[in-house]
Amino acid sequence: MPDEPASITRDEVAYLARLARIDLTDEELDHLAPQLAVILESVAAVKEVAAQDIEPTSHAVPLTNVFRDDEVRPCLTAEEALAGAPDADQSRFRVPRILDEEA
Amino acid sequence: MSELTRMGAADLAQAIRSGAVSSVEVTQAHLNRIYDVDTGVHAFLHVSGEVALEAARAADARRSAGESASSLDGVPVAVKDVFTTAGIPTTCGSRILEGWVPPYDATVVSRLRKAGLPILGKTNMDEFAMGSSTEHSGYGPTRNPWDLERIPGGSGGGSAAAVAAGEAPLAVGTDTGGSIRQPGAVTGTVGVKPTYGGVSRYGLVALASSLDQAGPVARTVLDAALLHEVIGGHDPLDSTSIDRPLPPVVEAVRNADLSGLRVGVVKELGGEGYQSGVLARFDDAVKLMIEAGAEVVEVSCPHFVYGLAAYYLILPSEASSNLARFDAMRYGLRVLPEGVDAPSAEQVMNATREAGFGPEVKRRIILGTYALSSGYYDAYYGQAQKVRTLIARDFTAAFEKADVLVSPTAPTTAFKIGEKLDDPLAMYLNDIATVPASLAGVPGISLPSGLADEDGLPAGLQVLAPAMADDRLYRVGGALETMLQERWAGPLLDRVPKLEVRT
Repeated sequence: MPDEPASITRDEVAYLARLARIDLTDEELDHLAPQLAVILESVAAVKEVAAQDIEPTSHAVPLTNVFRDDEVRPCLTAEEALAGAPDADQSRFRVPRILDEEA
Repeated sequence: MSELTRMGAADLAQAIRSGAVSSVEVTQAHLNRIYDVDTGVHAFLHVSGEVALEAARAADARRSAGESASSLDGVPVAVKDVFTTAGIPTTCGSRILEGWVPPYDATVVSRLRKAGLPILGKTNMDEFAMGSSTEHSGYGPTRNPWDLERIPGGSGGGSAAAVAAGEAPLAVGTDTGGSIRQPGAVTGTVGVKPTYGGVSRYGLVALASSLDQAGPVARTVLDAALLHEVIGGHDPLDSTSIDRPLPPVVEAVRNADLSGLRVGVVKELGGEGYQSGVLARFDDAVKLMIEAGAEVVEVSCPHFVYGLAAYYLILPSEASSNLARFDAMRYGLRVLPEGVDAPSAEQVMNATREAGFGPEVKRRIILGTYALSSGYYDAYYGQAQKVRTLIARDFTAAFEKADVLVSPTAPTTAFKIGEKLDDPLAMYLNDIATVPASLAGVPGISLPSGLADEDGLPAGLQVLAPAMADDRLYRVGGALETMLQERWAGPLLDRVPKLEVRT
């Protein structure tokens, strides 16, 4: 894989957009695919660095788990939590159907 | 323009403390200035005048009672729209959050309120902090007060422009790859990215969590230090927050002195690709440091040339994951797909994200989704993380030879609005000098180095220090600022052209 030239097709962009849950239009796909190909070609420079033995860094500072005491603390009320909801019903978020109708 | 809107925050605080002026007067002067010039500058997405005046009245009441909430009590501040503010809309520059009023304050915001700083409003930014020009805001670009045809940098162009235009003496921003420092450079203001973990990320709308860092934007290095002390320090609500005392940043400005300091000029951050006027002002500043007794050495950080590539893989990867939260279910925009009867949650999500996200956000989400997908992960994201290790090692080696590193902050002065809007790679190059520090988590400051000869626009100088040695930024920044202002016979911001005032 690392030796393949970086490229990305329109179909791949359409597939990635589905994964990312964005309904891209045809015009956007036409525009984005060549742009992303150029960006990918540029960022593929990271592959030039011989770094087999190098540890990856996910965070700039060393991370350790942080614990706190399990104490009751004030938190948002249901009204506050729902204040920005697109739709709410009986103190709950109201969402579109999550299953297929035939299911 | 009132004299109050030209003063620095330290001087305003002193004037308020002494009773020479009230916080209400100072706050009102800035609100008036916003009214007068922001139609042209567009630094603000929302002005919270009533909230600000109420806080100002409280500050004045404290003073009458002989009390003070902080060293900046009563001095107003502008807040980048990436911070949640209870009761004040927060959009992060995106249509997907249009009209959202968060139910809680970011820690930075609660600290500002507790310290008595009236919040003037929320400043414009590239959508979800993705950009270097503020042109990617969903609400239209901010304009650079030095030339309204030009960009104020990004993503925090609103905060920097507000401070440069006299609309706010102070602002807070966030810096993921340069979003505080680069706008500082192109607007002639001071911007600081603290050590990663030095300022709480609680309540920041996350872009790339391993890189995001909040920090001060100001007219002077001392003002930035005063604000740094207000917002910095450990926060139990952010698990990556450093549980150690903040370095003495204010003291460092007051005792600024360069004698015996080893200053490393980074070979890889200069030369080709940098505008001649930016390099000339940088060289002038380095000469001043030598005259002041600093020992200047050249250092090489060979992996910095891969910094931009690694950054533009790590950032989109983290962003594509972070922005999955905008799902049209709990807050923000909900758009129903056209021509679909009883659409599913997934269809609503797809339609909402299509309608609510702008082009740069879509570009980066797709890029990040690609870099994280199976088959490509090792070659792109995995390799970028290894480059990140190598850049951190370059810093470690460089800081053995020098106490601080210096470079131009950005390769050019402010460019014209629209010039790079549809050329992502050209836009990304603005961050070339700022991303290495972000990847390694080390702190950096940008301060004005002067005006470039060819266009008369501000250039910036960046100082970088080892993690947790933020005080060194202020020591060098304070000393250099004093020397430069002597040469300029006053602050650079005094030369901002007169802005057209609304009549």
